[in-house]
Amino acid sequence: MENKNQLSIKSIVAIGIGAALFFVLGRFVAIPSPVPNTTINIQYGILGVFCVIYGPVVGILSGFIGHTLIDLSWGSPWWSWIIASAVFGLIVGFAKKSINIESGNFGGKQIAAFNIFQVVGHLVAWAVVAPVLDILIYNEPIEKLFAQGAFAAVSNSVSTAIVGTIILLAYSKTRTKEGSLNKEN
Amino acid sequence: MKETIIEFKNFGYKYRSQAEPTVTDINLKIGKGERIIIVGPSGCGKSTLAHCLNGLNPFSYPGEIIGSLKICGHESKDMGIFGLSKFVGTVLQDTDGQFIGMTVLEDIAFAMENDMVEQEELKKRTLQAADKVYLLDKIESAPHDLSGGQKQRVSLAGVLVNKVPILMFDEPLANLDPASGKKAIELIDEIQKETDTTVVIIEHRLEDALYMGADRIILMVDGKIVSDTTPSELFASDRLAEAGIREPLYITALKYAGVKLEKNMSLQRIQELKLSDEQKELVKMWFYQEKWEQIKEHTKKLLSVEKLSFGYTEKAYNLSDVSFDVYEGEMTGIVGKNGAGKSTLAKLLCGFEKQNKGIICLEGKDISEDNIKERAKTIGYVMQNPNQMISKPMIFEEVALSLEVAHLPKEEIEERVHKALKVCGLYEFRNWPISALSYGQKKRVTIASILVQNPKILILDEPTAGQDFRHYTEIMEFLKELNKQGITVLMITHDMHLLLEYTNRSLVFSDGHLIADTTPVELFADKDLLEDANLKETSLFELANMCGLPPKEFIHKFIIYDRNLRSRREEVS
Amino acid sequence: MSTALSYVERDSVIHQMTGTTKLFFFLFWSVAAMITYDTRVLVGMFLFGCVLFKISKLKWKEISFALIFMFTLMAINIVGIYVFAPEQGVEIYGTRHVVAELFWRYSITLEQLFYMFNFLMKYMAVIPIALLFIMTTNPSEFAASMNKIGISYRVGYSVAIALRYIPDIQRDYREISQAQQARGISLGKDEKTLDRIKNSAAILFPLVLSSIQRIETISNAMELRGFGKHKKRTWIMAKPMGKRDYVGIVLSIAILAVSVAMIIVNGGRYYNPFI
Repeated sequence: MENKNQLSIKSIVAIGIGAALFFVLGRFVAIPSPVPNTTINIQYGILGVFCVIYGPVVGILSGFIGHTLIDLSWGSPWWSWIIASAVFGLIVGFAKKSINIESGNFGGKQIAAFNIFQVVGHLVAWAVVAPVLDILIYNEPIEKLFAQGAFAAVSNSVSTAIVGTIILLAYSKTRTKEGSLNKEN
Repeated sequence: MKETIIEFKNFGYKYRSQAEPTVTDINLKIGKGERIIIVGPSGCGKSTLAHCLNGLNPFSYPGEIIGSLKICGHESKDMGIFGLSKFVGTVLQDTDGQFIGMTVLEDIAFAMENDMVEQEELKKRTLQAADKVYLLDKIESAPHDLSGGQKQRVSLAGVLVNKVPILMFDEPLANLDPASGKKAIELIDEIQKETDTTVVIIEHRLEDALYMGADRIILMVDGKIVSDTTPSELFASDRLAEAGIREPLYITALKYAGVKLEKNMSLQRIQELKLSDEQKELVKMWFYQEKWEQIKEHTKKLLSVEKLSFGYTEKAYNLSDVSFDVYEGEMTGIVGKNGAGKSTLAKLLCGFEKQNKGIICLEGKDISEDNIKERAKTIGYVMQNPNQMISKPMIFEEVALSLEVAHLPKEEIEERVHKALKVCGLYEFRNWPISALSYGQKKRVTIASILVQNPKILILDEPTAGQDFRHYTEIMEFLKELNKQGITVLMITHDMHLLLEYTNRSLVFSDGHLIADTTPVELFADKDLLEDANLKETSLFELANMCGLPPKEFIHKFIIYDRNLRSRREEVS
Repeated sequence: MSTALSYVERDSVIHQMTGTTKLFFFLFWSVAAMITYDTRVLVGMFLFGCVLFKISKLKWKEISFALIFMFTLMAINIVGIYVFAPEQGVEIYGTRHVVAELFWRYSITLEQLFYMFNFLMKYMAVIPIALLFIMTTNPSEFAASMNKIGISYRVGYSVAIALRYIPDIQRDYREISQAQQARGISLGKDEKTLDRIKNSAAILFPLVLSSIQRIETISNAMELRGFGKHKKRTWIMAKPMGKRDYVGIVLSIAILAVSVAMIIVNGGRYYNPFI
């Protein structure tokens, strides 16, 4: 009965909850970073986790909606960066198939895959998509945009690597079958 | 019997991920307008059966149907989840998860919106349904401005709009306090009578669910129906106790008194109970026969709270002018309605929030200025849901977390973790993943992770909410054991059994004030106080009246007798 | 406790407009401000935006913190632009009128000042309308509005769910983080940066697990009440379109048209007063 091309109900809800998480973490959780007056964006770690569990459609839309809500709650949307968040969600979402987290295996190979996807995702989002859009819309100087994008890509990659990997590792262990557990004295 | 509306024939269900069917050999007929309660311990298959009725099985949780299930004459597997939703309206346990709309109005309208009902009719029918559940004045409220009971009424209205012939409630009482639970059951009763709907309630809090009366109780154990009979007949047997389901208190009391139970005594509800004069005499004899045993007094003052006040704004205090002492070795219940100030008190004691006025002293030393981390070394806090506390996949790691972040030497960490695990009976599981544990065991892991910091006081938020009798007993016996070893325990709870069976003192909060500092016996004999705390009278009260005995002393007698019996049983085993 | 902007109920013409109109208006307005760099258009939009804000009966103090935040952000951006590219304006406008020479490659030119002013105006033109959109549209109407401008109701409902569950997730986060702080988990300055991030995972893991659980319950509840049964659905909160709505939509199309027209007239996105 369900049309294959339509979003499943579970995806619709995952997008909503993913966006809400992205919003709450991005808007209200401020972890100070070593650079004065800046904070670490842990919301990308969670978005990465949702991408791996639910795939690219949930990734792109949670990122887009979540980031839009953050910007609106401050007063005005910054479309270039919103779209960059969505692109990050899309790219990491493609890692779902190669990682297959529900199988419970999340070893070296899968960790590497996740981190390659997320680093590429951040690079494309912050060093390509966001600056190009900023040039098109605002004609900001390339040098500034590059510096800004590089900083964002690096710091977001680091936080996503730590938060995302730890959570996926823990999550994968909740998927393992009980099988061969023995009591020890 | 009236026209059959639900018919299971040699029915079974096997989830795709399981090797064996979860329910088997189900033969059950339910007629139009019947009221059915399905009981059974956790994991007995009652939820699986419920999911088969509303179509979540197999349409959301894939699996294989064995035999046949007909609903209003249609084979369920041919209908799909949307088809079934025309016949079966479901109210789930999680009052927040199923409240999808942003306001009461939107949530009630949800199903009709999906059916493309035009706006004018949509509004009319939504308001009618809201009126039916007495929420017309709350129509624009958001979920976080409503109590659990109100949210559940919204969900009920949301399924009523479709005029379904079958209403199903999946553990409707699990998240409600006793007074709200009673109101919910009254409302279901009223709606059932008005519409002659078939009502199926899945619940292990049998006494509360029976408040509206039931035509039959279906008892399930290990995926099979072991009893399908009237409440009175079921209570006259020992089948409930064998299955690990709690009997109503008055039934237990009658059994203690040696009254032989027969199905013609109208055992289903205390209000209908028929006792002969000889039986009343038996109850009286039991009441007078044994001497009182005095509950041990605690004398060493451990924590003392003086004139504590807190509010996010100066105008509206969540807690005002609260003073009390906690003595070492106590096991105390903190009760009151939602928003009465119980959680605020816990947050202040743990240093999550800072009071506007007043002081908190531990062993005579003012600890008001200590931060969360320092406070945690003496006062530990255990959240209601263990899943919200567990942040590591493995048991050892989880329990060691607080010591790891404090950078203690490895040997000390290992020693302290092993000790806490031994106390909590988890030592042999130390290298297991937490996901392999039961709910009760997870709860113990969270308690162990607090105990490694060697606190003197444990504060637990609703330690037994939503648990069946076996898990309840497991958790509470464990806490009792900890308490015996010298840990003072404070519990925020609505659970009347917990208060009666395990606590010696009750702190009652209402509108931010501490309105009573008393014993559970006094509390349960005081109608006004019970109302203030959103609790309700126990059936022991009525039983005492029926037998012409003083209720307060009768409750006291029951508690003492019950505790002695349980500790004797424990010694034997 | 929340410092986020949200819907403020008030009786004004703008409040009475449908969410659909306001969404449409906001999107067209944003596009118009994005494509043009014509100072006259941007200033005009900004002033018009302020007038609309006045009509909405919203108060300055309700938006003051948002303005402070955005001005700070814009100031950082402006400084960034100057530091990285002090000659950006010269490049764009093709002339160089020096006001003052500072040091090394930094000098102040009229072109650079004008460029930075235009950059600022690009934001200033959008801010009043964005604020209006957020603060005069009932969130309950969002999903219905998105559906009406052609976005699938399924995606619209994702937005509705996000808005519905933000307070719940916020509460969960706070409770989990307090309980974890009691175990010594800190996200503050007393820890090294990498430890802070690592510690945050100890709070986020239970939050993710409970969110996944929640997704399961919500999707069951939605399915049981027939969500997705048909290609369309109705909305109890949808408002009927009135005359003022058509006026609003026509107005927003007109503004976009002006913005496009000026690009054609100027032969580019810029209005250049230096030639």
